[in-house]
Amino acid sequence: MRILWTTLAAGAFLAAASGVAIAEEPVLSLYNFGNYTSPELLEKFKKETGIAVTVTDYDSNDTALAKVRAGGSGFDMVVPGANFVPIWIAESLLLESRPDQMPNFKNVEENWVNVDWDPGRHYSVPWQWGMIGPVVATSFYKGDINTSAIWLDPPAELKGKINVAPEKNDVLYAAIKYMGGEWCTGDKELLKKVRDKLIEAKESWVSMDYGIEKMDSRDTLAQLYYNGAAYRARKVNADIKLGFPKEGYSLFMDSVAILADAPHPENAKAFLNFIMAPENAALISNFATYANGIKGSSAFMSEDLKSAPELNISSEHLAAAGWQQVCPTDVDELYTRIWTDLLK
Amino acid sequence: MSSLTQQAAAHQAATVRRRWLLKAPALLTIILASVGPLSVMLVYSIMAKGSFGGVNLGQLSFDGWMNVFVERDPFDDTLVLADANLLILWRSIRLALITTIATLLVGFPTAYYIATRPEHIRSQWMLLITIPFWTNLLIRTFAIMGLLSNQGPINNFLIWIGVIDTPIQMLFTDGAVLLGLVYVYLPLMVLPIYSSLERMDFNLVEAGYDLYATRLKVLWHIVIPSCKPGIIAGSILVFIPAIGAYVTPRVLGGGKNMMMGNLIELQFGQGRNWPLGAALSICLLLIVTAALIFYIRASSAKDISHGH
Repeated sequence: MRILWTTLAAGAFLAAASGVAIAEEPVLSLYNFGNYTSPELLEKFKKETGIAVTVTDYDSNDTALAKVRAGGSGFDMVVPGANFVPIWIAESLLLESRPDQMPNFKNVEENWVNVDWDPGRHYSVPWQWGMIGPVVATSFYKGDINTSAIWLDPPAELKGKINVAPEKNDVLYAAIKYMGGEWCTGDKELLKKVRDKLIEAKESWVSMDYGIEKMDSRDTLAQLYYNGAAYRARKVNADIKLGFPKEGYSLFMDSVAILADAPHPENAKAFLNFIMAPENAALISNFATYANGIKGSSAFMSEDLKSAPELNISSEHLAAAGWQQVCPTDVDELYTRIWTDLLK
Repeated sequence: MSSLTQQAAAHQAATVRRRWLLKAPALLTIILASVGPLSVMLVYSIMAKGSFGGVNLGQLSFDGWMNVFVERDPFDDTLVLADANLLILWRSIRLALITTIATLLVGFPTAYYIATRPEHIRSQWMLLITIPFWTNLLIRTFAIMGLLSNQGPINNFLIWIGVIDTPIQMLFTDGAVLLGLVYVYLPLMVLPIYSSLERMDFNLVEAGYDLYATRLKVLWHIVIPSCKPGIIAGSILVFIPAIGAYVTPRVLGGGKNMMMGNLIELQFGQGRNWPLGAALSICLLLIVTAALIFYIRASSAKDISHGH
């Protein structure tokens, strides 16, 4: 009997001790935009660390924010857009994981280190970046595509064949620039014109939805959409081209961050460090076809992608690009109202 | 004497206790699964909205309810009718009603046809009706999307036989949403009508013909009255989910032709106005409740007239 008790006690002690040693189960859950995570990347991560990553999709920044804010999401990592990161930080939803002190941080391109939304990168690591612009099937429309008029004052050939990505800030940024304003403007007279223009233009749109595949089937002949998706659409139909509106367009960067209530923060830190290695960042780009912001990663990217006009924006075109800073709350509320008016 | 009353009282108390114990599981389920969530919705609808979604608990505000009907113009601060909300509400009711009528027009003859087949064949027909239920709603909706697409089989066929030379835009229209709703909810109409037709005494139909009634008269005075409960039940079963439909308008409407379900989702997502979303949900609930009350009235009225 005594032997039994001793064995049990020893067993319990061992279990307790190993419980300390093995801090986390080898699993990790990533909450990311749909069709945005390379399965090859996850396989490689599993092979190197033994940690299995599961991915859950969301369709927009707002969806992700609403879900995680509600609490108990159980996710470890999320990939918010640049203008959303400050909201996530202000709402205490992110863990200050200090990626800037990780070994692979040296690979991050200098211009992505001191970014407005996360100065010095205390919370987030670059995932991918790109731009949003008009994507046009040029065999149906021969005119100038470097303008937001493609979807705000559509030519007859494209009327009723246009899809606009339903992302509030991306749409409003381009529309405000088109009407001659600056991002974050609170000028009501101008914003009223922006709203009226959008509502008038909506008559010529067939849908406000996600999915570049509708260009493949010619269900849409033009879209306001993202450059990586435009690249994929061109692979299907060679006549599809991406425009860089001279009136102005916005760049975006999505960054990976760890949630404050992540069940596996140590595994997540290992993942952040992992994706800052050039050969791994290249896998992200090869899959979702956007640039990644990690030095030396292009050496590992597919030949096609390296030379794609959608991803390599000329300096002339880059001059019209801008970032979406976080606007003051009252301005943002005004923008939300315009957006709701438009969606109704 | 007094001990007898005491005994009776004790016995009664025990009965009452037992009754409550027996009721407890049902009451608990109702409180947890129905009253609880509804109270959360009600409370959220009368709170001030949080700036990034959510509500500021404890800060009472009736803006959510007010915004269902009126809203402040963002540019000159005047109160205007929230015509967009009302338009979407009207579109939902209209589409749900048309869906109900369309499923009735298709579903009634289908049910009648099946009910008049020999008994062993009927079950095979019913199996065919229920087969679509085995596939997820989303997948069936995407299948319709493929059919209606500009390069889908319908457009390709029409172009091939030369009726048209450019594809007709069918996807992302109100018509596409309606087609999706009718297709998805048709079985819900066929099943209850079939079950009341199955119980109908077909001797009555014969008797009608013997008395020189026309086919139309037999249908109107004999068949329809005797399957009225099935028709009402089917209409309610179709109308209620149709008015709150979310997936179908989302996929086939292209995010432009919103129904109530989509409007509510918008408030909890990009609109960041949870109180308005909660208030709109309660409005939808009230409409559904009204439909159910109508159903109860209509079916109990029938019981009285056939009570002899």
